[in-house]
Amino acid sequence: MHHLITIIDKEWAEVFKNKMVFFTLIFMPLLFTAIPLISLHFMAGAVPEGADAADVPEGFLRACGALSAGDCLQIYVIDQFMMLYMMMPLIIPITIAAYSVVGEKTTRSLEPLLATPITTEVLLAGKALAAVIPALAATWVCFGIFLLALPLVGAGEAARAHAVGPTWLLGVFVAAPLMAVVAVNFALMVSSRVNDPRVAEQLSAVLIVPLMALFFAQIIGFIILSPTLMLVMIAVLVVLDIALIYLGARLFQRETILTRWR
Amino acid sequence: MKIITEHLTKTFNARRNQPPIVAVEDLNLEIQPGEVFGLLGPNGAGKTTTVRMLTTLIAPTAGQAFIGPWKVGRDDRQIRQSVGLLTEAPGMYEALSAEKNLTIYARLYNVRDVKGQVEKYLRMLGLWERRFDPVGSFSKGMRQKLAIARALLHEPQVLFLDEPTSGLDPEAAKLVRDFIEELESEGRTIVLCTHNLDEAERLCQRVAIFKTRLIAVDTPENLRKRLFGRKVVFHLRQVQPQWVELLRSFPFVEEVSTFENRIVVGLPNPEEQNPVLVRRLVEAGADIQFVGELRHTLEDVYLRTLQGLGE
Repeated sequence: MHHLITIIDKEWAEVFKNKMVFFTLIFMPLLFTAIPLISLHFMAGAVPEGADAADVPEGFLRACGALSAGDCLQIYVIDQFMMLYMMMPLIIPITIAAYSVVGEKTTRSLEPLLATPITTEVLLAGKALAAVIPALAATWVCFGIFLLALPLVGAGEAARAHAVGPTWLLGVFVAAPLMAVVAVNFALMVSSRVNDPRVAEQLSAVLIVPLMALFFAQIIGFIILSPTLMLVMIAVLVVLDIALIYLGARLFQRETILTRWR
Repeated sequence: MKIITEHLTKTFNARRNQPPIVAVEDLNLEIQPGEVFGLLGPNGAGKTTTVRMLTTLIAPTAGQAFIGPWKVGRDDRQIRQSVGLLTEAPGMYEALSAEKNLTIYARLYNVRDVKGQVEKYLRMLGLWERRFDPVGSFSKGMRQKLAIARALLHEPQVLFLDEPTSGLDPEAAKLVRDFIEELESEGRTIVLCTHNLDEAERLCQRVAIFKTRLIAVDTPENLRKRLFGRKVVFHLRQVQPQWVELLRSFPFVEEVSTFENRIVVGLPNPEEQNPVLVRRLVEAGADIQFVGELRHTLEDVYLRTLQGLGE
């Protein structure tokens, strides 16, 4: 266990000296929190009581049931931004994991590290956790800020209740960590196969594409976020996580890492 | 701790349509506890691959190796816990301080008194005053010293040093060499990979010359004798042909050659035969200025050995 903590400590000591990582870890989550709050603030003033929510997709309108058009519109807007909270645990770990690998490559520090009694599994778990923990912390802190600020920007009771409903809670507290694990494993796997760290970062960023597809499918009303859909997503992510961890363990042989991470 | 390799072989898979690359082939070595052993060979000879196999970083393709009671491939964690490795590039975390770098490694090596060991080696290598500075601000020599400290934190009985003085200025190189001599006096087994033959000659009790396969292994002195025999140089005021003939007339003299005012004589046992030759030359009227043994350097041995392979 102390090896794992040492690796996380080392990764953080190195990574947080990098200003770019700091930017990604602090500025981006704050931006992702501010955008929905600002949108809600302006929307609350613009949508009068009993207004016609003509812009809300029909499918979503049906899902609103007996809610007023104003509440329905707010919930619709909130749900659009939920994807941002699922994007954060995907983008942040990729940046950190890619940097941690770049560090090992540029300083040629991997060989002495692998010569210690640390196991490959602990080394990789340490690297992965060092990337996942800050990403989740940032996501959850920002989600907390979002919840606390909802009443201040004029969000109605229905919208506030929706934000702490099963869809959001499953998304932020179950799907997000699973996504972070997918992102880190994928980033580390790609890094071990390519020689150029920039290529690793770009290839890892491919992971955002399915999430963006989901985002746009939701905007055009092709899909409606619901607890059922969230559970399906979680099931897919669990399968992906298991597959990537298994593949990762097969790929990350000590010799492979040593001869390829150069 | 003894190091044994038996038919140790490492082959790397090459790119498509290329035959596999044999990095080390059928290496048999026995390194005694407390010995400083030199691995000499040209670039690509397999020195680093051998060290990587012995430090369990890569697995042998065939053969076996033992570090003390532990077998490579079976007891890897125990081996990594009991050997120290100085890699060719220091490979420190440049954004972190010297102290932080060593603390990380002390924890990874399961050192009990982390603070104490870190302080001990930082002081020993003269880095204590700079302990809070980022390693990125260190000179090459300081980084190398820090890397040596890292290899020693857990007090390993076996040390692998890959090009320990490569790229260092003469002063820093001497400091590192002196430190290696100090380590030897503590009874540690040291395997030294180097291109610096002068360094190998000064530090190593035995050397192995190899290029993928082992070519020769012995003390530098024995290798010299084996390849060049022993030669004595007589410096005379001037050389007369009759004195050369006189020397050739002795049955134990192996060869005689002249160069300017010197006569070079090949002898199997100069300690016994030199006094006889000196006496006869003086009796024959030769003015002997100096007598000395012609010493071939380890570089001569190395080059002659590799020439034998068609290098």
